[in-house]
Amino acid sequence: MSLPPFQTFLDRHAGELLRFLLAVVGPEEAEDCFQETCLAALRAYPRLPAGSDVRAWAFTIARRKAIDAGRARGRRPVPVAEDGRRAPLGETPDAIDDAGAWAPLAALPPKQRAAVFLRVAIELPHREVARILECSEEAARRSAHDGLNRLREEMT
Amino acid sequence: MSKPNVSEPLDIDDSELTELVTRATRVDGGDLDPGPAVRRFAERASAEGLVDVVYATVSSPLGDLLVAATPRGIVRLAYLEDGDRDSILADLARRVSPRVLDAPARLDYERRQLEDYFGGRRYGFDVAVDLSLAGPFAARVLDRTATIPYGGVSTYGEVAADIGHQRAARAVGNALGSNPIPIVVPCHRVVRSGGGMGGYTGGLHRKEHLLALERGTLVREAW
Repeated sequence: MSLPPFQTFLDRHAGELLRFLLAVVGPEEAEDCFQETCLAALRAYPRLPAGSDVRAWAFTIARRKAIDAGRARGRRPVPVAEDGRRAPLGETPDAIDDAGAWAPLAALPPKQRAAVFLRVAIELPHREVARILECSEEAARRSAHDGLNRLREEMT
Repeated sequence: MSKPNVSEPLDIDDSELTELVTRATRVDGGDLDPGPAVRRFAERASAEGLVDVVYATVSSPLGDLLVAATPRGIVRLAYLEDGDRDSILADLARRVSPRVLDAPARLDYERRQLEDYFGGRRYGFDVAVDLSLAGPFAARVLDRTATIPYGGVSTYGEVAADIGHQRAARAVGNALGSNPIPIVVPCHRVVRSGGGMGGYTGGLHRKEHLLALERGTLVREAW
């Protein structure tokens, strides 16, 4: 079985990729990350073995682009956590769009945002989430669990 | 917060939580339309030379046409009546490159030429063609066919003789029947020597329409 046309991949998965990035990097950076993700995916696409799980592969690229965006943000003036310590790179909760619908997710570290989204919105099994986040299944499970607990606490 | 028991199944039936996550990835309260972002990506990708095949849909009096091009020229033109878009694109992905993208703006020039041709305002196509979907014999047949002038016809036997295969009229017919670029490579201008129409990749009614258009005898509907 050969690779589907790239457009077919976009038709099927562009929406959920963009939502994933909205969840992980927030509304201000999602479009840029989406563009970077799709360009990287298109560049590498012909080398992808036929029969690959194109969707999981694309989510992995998106996750890496989100981490890059986090690092770029980390190089800009650094917000300081409440206790006065510098927040860790790439794990800086964004202050943007506090009033928006994204605010509850913004309170989580990016990895938890990713795990929660893939688990709850896309309903992927932990094994798949782990592949996308490039961590152990146990770590993926914990990220989703901690993220959901935190969201639950915030809701009450 | 208590230390999480990691083996505990996630309570994802929690509808409020699901709703919260869903709402966080919506825009203006509605479902997110990735269309504009995808179009911006398609423009950027083709500007950066990352797209091997662009395609667009062009309307015509003979129904929607799918036009696809590589950097070398038009590689495929197909009548879409049968709703076989997916199989045409899959075929392009397999035989040319999987980097296939819907980029209508990239084909505006070709679209205008087709519109002018169908409107009777253009008597030839000023576009490059890429015959990579045709085998070596078919490519020779198509090259010869491309020289038949607007409004003229040749027979299968004449085309066969011109490429040095006197007795290959049937093979010529087969090659024309699988012409990857009908209309632009005018296989409709090849007819039978006895005065019959012969076959056509898009159906005989389309062949008749194109020949009548070129003879100037088309009873034109408002288009």
